[in-house]
Amino acid sequence: MVFKVTNLIVTLIQGLSLGSIYALIALGYTMVYGIAKMLNFAHGDVIMVGAYMIYTTVALGKCPSILGIVISIIFSALLGIIIEFLAYKPLRRAPSLSVLITAIGVSYFLQNLALLIFKSDPKSIPTLFNLPPLHIGDKITVSGETLFTLGITVVLMIALTLFINKTKLGKAMRAVSEDKDAAMLMGINVNRTISITFAIGSALAAFASLCYGMSYTYIKPTTGSMPGIKAFTAAVFGGIGSVPGAMLGGIMLGVIEKLSMAYISTQFTDAIVFGVLILVLVIKPTGLLGKKINEKV
Amino acid sequence: MLKVDNLNVYYGKIHAIRDVSFEVNTGEIVSLIGANGAGKTTTLHTVSGLLRSTTGSITFDEKDISHLEPHKLIKYGIAHVPEGRHVFLQMTVLENLEMGAFSMNKVLKEDIERVYDLFPRLKERKSQVAGTLSGGEQQMLAMGRAIMSHPKLLMLDEPSMGLSPILVDQIFSIIKDLHSIGTTILLVEQNAGKALKISDRAYVLESGRIVLSGTGKELSESPEIKKAYLGG
Repeated sequence: MVFKVTNLIVTLIQGLSLGSIYALIALGYTMVYGIAKMLNFAHGDVIMVGAYMIYTTVALGKCPSILGIVISIIFSALLGIIIEFLAYKPLRRAPSLSVLITAIGVSYFLQNLALLIFKSDPKSIPTLFNLPPLHIGDKITVSGETLFTLGITVVLMIALTLFINKTKLGKAMRAVSEDKDAAMLMGINVNRTISITFAIGSALAAFASLCYGMSYTYIKPTTGSMPGIKAFTAAVFGGIGSVPGAMLGGIMLGVIEKLSMAYISTQFTDAIVFGVLILVLVIKPTGLLGKKINEKV
Repeated sequence: MLKVDNLNVYYGKIHAIRDVSFEVNTGEIVSLIGANGAGKTTTLHTVSGLLRSTTGSITFDEKDISHLEPHKLIKYGIAHVPEGRHVFLQMTVLENLEMGAFSMNKVLKEDIERVYDLFPRLKERKSQVAGTLSGGEQQMLAMGRAIMSHPKLLMLDEPSMGLSPILVDQIFSIIKDLHSIGTTILLVEQNAGKALKISDRAYVLESGRIVLSGTGKELSESPEIKKAYLGG
């Protein structure tokens, strides 16, 4: 095999794009973990639900693409709030193991509900937009979907960062994630803040399902689990609880995956990805950007 | 202003406070003193709604607040500086102050300046993350954060804990300053000597019961108190 710089560039761009999808999903894991101190294993399945919503509205309901996308995002955000309210809120003071098992239960529930409604055969997501590919020189071509994914991720990440650091509600979210009792004494409604976090995380998952659906086009009831697990890995990789960590972890995971697919082995890709995760956690147990703050007494 | 009537609080089977009643009048400094584990913090947490009493009632400005959710309390004008400060360690000093004003419609510049005037150290460190502050500075931040909402009643839980003697004096003089600008203060302290000196009235808690009460002066001269809390 001859090494070509152009191939490397194309692989890197594909890696960034895949990584962006992981990052969007990882943000949901990390924000929910940060604020509710729980691993929401049903998060991957919210992507699947988001994708089926796009399928239902655009392919079956003949809605315009943009309307279908908006409906999917709103529906996913509401689903996040409902899952939190019905499944996790009653367990706020329960041991974390009970919450974890409940999350796995919610995950299976959503998958089986989708199986019941949409059956097991894969459904295809129609072309949502006709996006022209970008040609750089005559050797490099980047698909419109890839560019769309990169663009929307950059916009969402900037928006989220500004929201968390600059707005009153965003700061309240950080306060709740750090110290619930103190946040309550400040007058912050902790339950409402947790609901909003679930809504934001799930809406980001819907954006991820949009990008995923555009690139991979087929969806099944189990569509969410693999990207869900990969994104969870990305969140741990970047330091769970850290928002910039989830962004970095997601992007790195995508790039590593595409690079090892192109240059090492397609079959071993997942092994390599998880191998890197193990390596990082051995060297830095809190993940790349995870912090450990020692409390002063 | 604050009227606490016949509280009983349990942690599981442990009866932590028993038939506790006390009152804080507008403009007073009132102290709850007692040894470790006497139920002082539990009492404050119950007033804040972080814990619930099985009996009795808590009224503030004639309104029943016994069943209020904790986050609503600040709107009534009660601010609580918890034991161990509980500042937001990963947020900056300024952001911590902004959180103190969460219940207000807007963070006002004058309010932040007022805190900086009381605690000039905080101004020097306004962009620093609170986790990098010393214990004394964190206590100042916790108090500064609490007064951002202009509370009528400020509840302070062990503000002098773990501080050097010079800082303890400083914290107590700030408590007097806050009082002189019209804040009513409910103080929980293990440092009984200092607390009684600045208090109009005080209650002594022992094993979850109020065993004595009186003016600060009376109590600091009482032989029982001298023996038990003031080292002879």
